[in-house]
Parts: sequence; C-alpha cells; structure tokens
Amino acid sequence: MKPAPFAYHDPRSIEEVLDLLASLDNARLLAGGQSLMPMLNMRVAFPDHLIDLNRVEGLTGIMEEGGSIRIGAMTRQRDIEESEVIRARLPLLAEALSHVGHRQTRNRGTIGGSLCNLDPSAELVAVATALDAVLEVQGSAGIRELSIHDFPVGFMTPALAPEEMLTAIRLPVPPAGHGTAFTEFARRHGDYAIVSAAVLLVLEGSRIARASLTLGGVGAGPLRLRTAEAMLVGGAPSEATFGAAAAECAGIEAMSDPQAPAWYRRRLSAVLTRRALETAAARAAV
Amino acid sequence: MSDAMHDLTLTLNGQAHAIRVEARRTLADALREDCGLTGTHLGCEHGVCGACTVLMDGQPVRACLLFAVQAEGRAIRTVEGLAKGGALNPLQRAFAENHALQCGYCTPGFLMLGTAILETDPGISDEALVEALSSNLCRCTGYANIARAIRAAADAMSTEGAA
Ligand code: FES
Ligand code: FES
Repeated sequence: MKPAPFAYHDPRSIEEVLDLLASLDNARLLAGGQSLMPMLNMRVAFPDHLIDLNRVEGLTGIMEEGGSIRIGAMTRQRDIEESEVIRARLPLLAEALSHVGHRQTRNRGTIGGSLCNLDPSAELVAVATALDAVLEVQGSAGIRELSIHDFPVGFMTPALAPEEMLTAIRLPVPPAGHGTAFTEFARRHGDYAIVSAAVLLVLEGSRIARASLTLGGVGAGPLRLRTAEAMLVGGAPSEATFGAAAAECAGIEAMSDPQAPAWYRRRLSAVLTRRALETAAARAAV
Repeated sequence: MSDAMHDLTLTLNGQAHAIRVEARRTLADALREDCGLTGTHLGCEHGVCGACTVLMDGQPVRACLLFAVQAEGRAIRTVEGLAKGGALNPLQRAFAENHALQCGYCTPGFLMLGTAILETDPGISDEALVEALSSNLCRCTGYANIARAIRAAADAMSTEGAA
C-alpha cells in the first residue's frame, strides 16, 4: 500500500508540462489524485515519472463565452458544483457532481482528471457526453479540439497521445426551454454508479424539439441512446413516449461484473432513463 | 527508478516542520513517520475510509491521497491541533459526551471533518451533514452519535458566541 518510487516533477506552466511529456518515458500526469493516488498506492500504476499539475498556472477557472461554458481541466469538482454560473446555466453538471464521491474528495478531484481517467461509470463522462462537450487538447504542435464522442477509445483509455494533455472542456449551453436530469443507482451514495442516466430535453410548445440520452456504467464507455433520441423528437412529452424510449434499453449491450449482471444493468437503464426523462420534462415545463 | 530525496518544510498546526522524504511519501505517512504526529490514522491507504482526514488550507482532504511534497506551502491542520493546553475543544467534548466513539480508530478523521463543517457551514442541514459524513467510515458507532455530536458542538459554539 505504498507507491513504487518515481521521479517527481512540479512544473508551473503548460509549456513546461508539454516539454516534460515530450522528453520523459512512462510519465503520468497527477491531477486531483483521487483516482491515480489509490492506483499508485496499490501499485496498479507505477510510472517512472509523475508530473504534478497542481501548481500549473492557467488550468483552472469557469468562463462563459460564446454560448458555451469553458472549464479549465484542473478546476476542482467542488468549485464547479458551487459555481453560480454552473448552477444557473448547466444544472445537469451540478446535479451529477453531487453524486461524484464525497464533498471531501470533490475538494481535490478535478473535472479533467475524471474525464481522462474515463472510468466506465464516471458521472462527469456521462454528463459531458450528454452535453456534447468539446475538449481542448494541447500538445507540442498546438491546441486541437476533440469531441467527447471521439474521446474514449477503449476501457479507461482516452484518445490522447503520450505527449498531449487535456487543458479545458467546453460545454455548449442548451437553449431556453430545456430541462435536464441526472439519475443514478449506486450501492451507497458517493460510490461509483452501477448505472447512471443523463438526460437533456428541449421542448418547443408541446413537442420535444431535441433529446439527448446518455447512460453511464453499462459498458466500457458512455452510451448515447441515439435510437431512443430519434423516437422522442417530434413527440409529446408524455408517459407513453417516455415509456417507449426507455423500453429501447432492453436491447442495449451491457456488461456483467461482480457488482451486477448485464440483465440487471439493462433493467436499471430503462427505469433510470424513464425517471430522468420525466424529471427533465417537468423542469423544462417550468 | 531513482527517487531523489526532497527537503521540505511542512506547516502543521501553525508550526514549521523540516523533513527530508522521498517524493512517494504520502502526507499521512510523513505526518506519522517523519513528524511524529501519530494522531492521524490510516485505515485503507486508498481513499475509501477517511481516517486520514486532515485540513489543508481549511478544507478536509484525505492525507493518504496527497504526497508530502504537494503539501509544502499549505497550512495543514491535524487532530493534535484541536485541544488547547490539554483541554479538549468543544467538538472533542461533544464527541465524548454524545458517545460518538467506541474504538476511536476513525475519530481523528471525523474530528477534522467535523471541524471543517463547523468552520465553513455551522448551520448545515441534516441532509447535507449526512452527505458530508458519508465520506468517512466508522465500524463501531453507527454514525448517528457522530452526527449528533457535531450538531451539539455547533449549538454549544453558537451559544458561547452569543453569550
Ligand atoms: S487511509 Fe486515507 S482514506 Fe483511508
Ligand atoms: S469508533 Fe471504532 S471505527 Fe469509529
């Protein structure tokens, strides 16, 4: 339960981090440490070099710009959860954060760390997927933008080259008349969810103009329910419509693990999706 | 892999401690092994139990999920800083009076978590208190007395403040 030896690097700027990433072998970035530190302590991870991001300038902050909210990768989860801008403009994110670990771990945990760790049941990954997040990735060649949908390339594996880092995440603010909801089932509050559902509905009059449904925890990465979304658009926000969309979850591919078998995950998915749809519709209506 | 020694100065309960540690030394181990402050307990060493909770710049954090090198320049408070001149502080007294500990293993962590709650959110709702306490494990008390003790300390401190 003690980490293996590593060389510690404590850069102050993004440029320094990129130089280190380009020159060192088997290096890992240390963000809030709420997932990587346990992995180091248990020696599941044993990098030769640890690059600490906690003193790097320019990686934190929440800013509204051009219809999106931009959040620095090292912004603490607790700061996001308590941000007035987030609560007003992206309540889905604040709601999901209340399920991420505990207040105490959110004091250290960061949004970028959670996204890059890409745990299959991570709440922030599901929300970023539901909101069509755009990621800013920096490497020696400059900054590139990446859709969250192209980010997971396998189990806990983000589409980042060894010499790249995630610097910020941009979340488009949904139009007026929208409602969102996040529901999850975990054995205990604060545990990783067995299944979570993140929903966004945009209503126009008595019709659904846009729907976004994402499940977390069912497979290696977040699962966007595109077929169910297509069924919802144009329909009325009614029990029957939501029931039919949720029933789509019976056909999804879900994983089995010691926590829960696949059939149970499918069943949870349908129930949580329906509940999230009902809540989102009620919130959109007010 | 080489791991050079790092010379650091930690600020613990307002006092400077100069230590020489490897980078892989967690803050929890540095407190116990290098600074002689064994009040901070280690239950799991991977962020699950909260026994190692200390305050960093006033916020509760898990000392097993931080390296000592990361704590340089930050104000760290541990359970040793609570009693003044051998007299228990109101929160510690409330733990004793409300039977909020049995074996006491989890107690330093809960005391530091409780300290942060009293300092930042003394009027915390019952629901939020339960949520905040859910980050720490206690295998003895069943939690209700811990919540009661923190509430009692908050009440005692507000009457003292008003008096
Ligand atoms: S010892 Fe740190 S959380 Fe258990
Ligand atoms: S008093 Fe024994 S673990 Fe809490």
